[in-house]
Amino acid sequence: MLKVVIIGNGMVGHHYVEQLAASPVAAKITVIGGEARPAYDRVHLSDYFAGSTPEDLALTTKEHYLDMGVDAHFGDMVAHIDRSNKIVITESGQAYSYDKLVLATGSYPFVPPVEGNNLPQCTVYRTIDDLGMIQAQANNAKVGVVVGGGLLGLEAANAVQNLGLETHVVEFAPGLMGVELDAGGSSMLRRKIEALGVKVHTSKATELIETNSEGKGRVVMHFADGGSLATDMIVFSAGIRPYDQLARDCGLVVGERGGIAIDQYCKTSDPSIFAIGECALFDNKIYGLVAPGYRMAEAAASQLGSEGISFLGADMSTKLKLLGVDVGSIGDAHGRQEGSVAYTFSDERIDVYKRLIVSADGKSLLGAVLVGDCSEYDTLLQYFLNGIDLPSDPETLILPTNAGGSPALGASALPLTATICSCHNVSKGDIVATMDAGFCSLAEVKSETCAASGCGGCAALLKNVVDDEMAARGLDVDTAMCEHFNFTRQEMFHIIKVETIKSFEDLLHKHGTGRGCEVCKPTAGSILASLWNDYVLEEKHVGLQDTNDTFLANMQNNGTYSVVPRIAGGEITPDKLIVLGQVAKKYQLYTKITGGQRIDLFGARLQQLPAIWQELIEAGFETGHAYGKALRTVKSCVGSTWCRYGVQDSVAMALYVENRYKGLRSPHKLKSGVSGCTRECAEAQSKDFGIIATENGWNLYVGGNGGMKPRHAELFATDLDDKTLIKYIDRFLMFYVRTADRLQRTSVWMDNLEGGLDYLKQVVIEDSLGICNDLEAQMDAVVGSYQCEWKTTIEDPEKLKRFRQFVNSDGQDKAIIFVEERGQLRPAKEEEHQKISATLD
Amino acid sequence: MSLNMKDQHISICRQNDLIPNSGICAELAGKQVALFYLPDESPAIYAIDNWDPIGKANVLSRGIVGDINGQLVVSSPLYKQHFDLITGQCIEHSDVKVPVYVVELVDDCVLINQ
Repeated sequence: MLKVVIIGNGMVGHHYVEQLAASPVAAKITVIGGEARPAYDRVHLSDYFAGSTPEDLALTTKEHYLDMGVDAHFGDMVAHIDRSNKIVITESGQAYSYDKLVLATGSYPFVPPVEGNNLPQCTVYRTIDDLGMIQAQANNAKVGVVVGGGLLGLEAANAVQNLGLETHVVEFAPGLMGVELDAGGSSMLRRKIEALGVKVHTSKATELIETNSEGKGRVVMHFADGGSLATDMIVFSAGIRPYDQLARDCGLVVGERGGIAIDQYCKTSDPSIFAIGECALFDNKIYGLVAPGYRMAEAAASQLGSEGISFLGADMSTKLKLLGVDVGSIGDAHGRQEGSVAYTFSDERIDVYKRLIVSADGKSLLGAVLVGDCSEYDTLLQYFLNGIDLPSDPETLILPTNAGGSPALGASALPLTATICSCHNVSKGDIVATMDAGFCSLAEVKSETCAASGCGGCAALLKNVVDDEMAARGLDVDTAMCEHFNFTRQEMFHIIKVETIKSFEDLLHKHGTGRGCEVCKPTAGSILASLWNDYVLEEKHVGLQDTNDTFLANMQNNGTYSVVPRIAGGEITPDKLIVLGQVAKKYQLYTKITGGQRIDLFGARLQQLPAIWQELIEAGFETGHAYGKALRTVKSCVGSTWCRYGVQDSVAMALYVENRYKGLRSPHKLKSGVSGCTRECAEAQSKDFGIIATENGWNLYVGGNGGMKPRHAELFATDLDDKTLIKYIDRFLMFYVRTADRLQRTSVWMDNLEGGLDYLKQVVIEDSLGICNDLEAQMDAVVGSYQCEWKTTIEDPEKLKRFRQFVNSDGQDKAIIFVEERGQLRPAKEEEHQKISATLD
Repeated sequence: MSLNMKDQHISICRQNDLIPNSGICAELAGKQVALFYLPDESPAIYAIDNWDPIGKANVLSRGIVGDINGQLVVSSPLYKQHFDLITGQCIEHSDVKVPVYVVELVDDCVLINQ
């Protein structure tokens, strides 16, 4: 078996081990790592001070290597390579013979040759052990200095700031990140990080570091310009140098300024020895990023098998977040190529800087710099890497869209060679091949190719490529609701309305196949209710409803239900509040205040619901529709009636709005809020439609959402009088009900609405589609035919028959068991069930 | 319907206790049985256990009935897995299956095999 020894177990060395172990090559793999721990994620090193543990950062474990059959040794440095006998000898005296040797020794931090750089307060930033030293020095320290204003220096500055120290960055050059950014980008970056409290000192050459006997700081740094800076600790992070000493000692060819010379197969001057990662020098260049290192590892591993991949250099474009600031650099950021032309956009109000470097003929992108906003990075990188022809006015690529900027590059414009996911090196061609093999959905493409499973930055681009490919194959993006109906909710709505269809059977018979399912039935039920507002428990509709709609309550995890009476606007009389308490107490219901200013009563058994509602209705309550895809609550602040700052009666408006739209069935739940002044205590801007009082009337906001994907509502119209406000809301809601997809909240609906907010304004305010009369009439019909579903239910003995646990007995469900906690009942957990059942037996 | 069958079955409820295209629950010797009445199908009545082994609650009778590729199923109201009304097989998990019961509608009576 081929004996392969790998020296170094950083990210690249580890990647090589994984590549080789997964290949068909039968090899006995030995790993020798200088650090005491196996490979970890150095890219996210600064997360350590944000709470990540070494285990979180680990890429592998000793056990995992053992399982893979890899012979791994950690904490032992290689002392010598004996090329003639093909043996490596470690400092502890171990000897390992090899057929092929791989040098993945990485690099070490460059520490400027300054007197005093060996004081205990001076540290470097490279390994997890270094972080331990930094942390130790940071104890009781107030001030920390990072020497180095490049990419690695700013990473270190992030770490020092995370430790809670006053943070300084000292840079020899005139600007920050001088390699990746031009002067304009560099000074914008400086503005931004200074705003974050980091003090930046540029054009500073440190000459001497000495201990400080007096005043602030444990040490003092003296600079060539005569200035000085007192600090408690210093982190050197001023660049890296390749670890090439072993190679030098055994006579391998190294570059003039260091680095083990390799060819396109990653072979060194000795054909039995490979070098990969930051210790390697290809085409006189060191590649200090992880992605090129991975490509080298893949190329080197492939040389041992039949298929030899070449490493032909790598693009060094990079996008990252430094101290929370988005920074992107592509290609020739400095515009050094002859005849190149630059476009620059800078907005100091929001601290954004963007620059394009374009070829003399204006056709191709040579480079770009982005600071403060990297949203165009992916598009620009595709132009750059694939040599795609630029639009005739390239500046549109970086201008804000409202100033005429152009939308992102369409997926169809990308060549097959375009890299979509750089973490896993997935090209558009790979995605197309995967789809050719029959894995066509986004989820399938993801799991087959691993694309978008690394940093996730390419997720949006990946979706575009997949959608575009699906459309190109005529597979058109499947919009069918389910196997029974080959159209969207919007289309179904249209059909039901135009053909005046009144039952699901009729709809299925005319337009569907099969018998329906839990997707199309409730959708149809909701549309029938939106359009004709029949009582949802009419016999012909019963089978269409989810259990929550059927039993007018919310099913909880143990099969019991919760009850939410309407408390419009969050306003409730003491008497009604007492009734809620009495009912909850009588039926032993767990009681909790909801986020929508209501009271939720949990733990009602199915057969208890009618009696509970009988009491609630007698006390004047009505259903809160918490179970339905319908208007839920209109939250309000107390408004001008009480509040010193209120300018309108927000409670009265909330009551009016809630009572007007209660019971309206919609594609998803609807929430609203009314605030009595701009302080916005009702959080109306997080609602589907929010109303905020002004001195002159009301401002209307639409499309907001809290929950899983928060979105601020957008300002739709200002200073409306009551009548116009309601008119606009009527139209907005009914337009949403008509056109949104199933389970699509207003926020997502608006994001997908072609033309967005402007289009919506045209439809609702300017009546551009000529449908506003129709929308209002439809809303009036729904409002006019409102009924409290619970009142209708308890008045009908036939309907009440459903609210029985058993059709043939008065028994109750013995599997529902409660235990007491904090003075109330809650469902027993599974282990508690077993215990309780055991004692009962 | 043979006399023999009638002997083994007991009458559990009446036809008008059933709700078309939906489910109800009956108690049968300490067990809970979900009964589904689909008037347009043949047979028109189906019985499976009411216990949802995934959601761990007695709720299957409260699910929505329909079909997947022609297979009659009920979808659990808790987490929406589908159970075949004839075999009790869970469509999403091949190792999950609920008991089924022999049931028949005779005249006005729902007869079930104990």
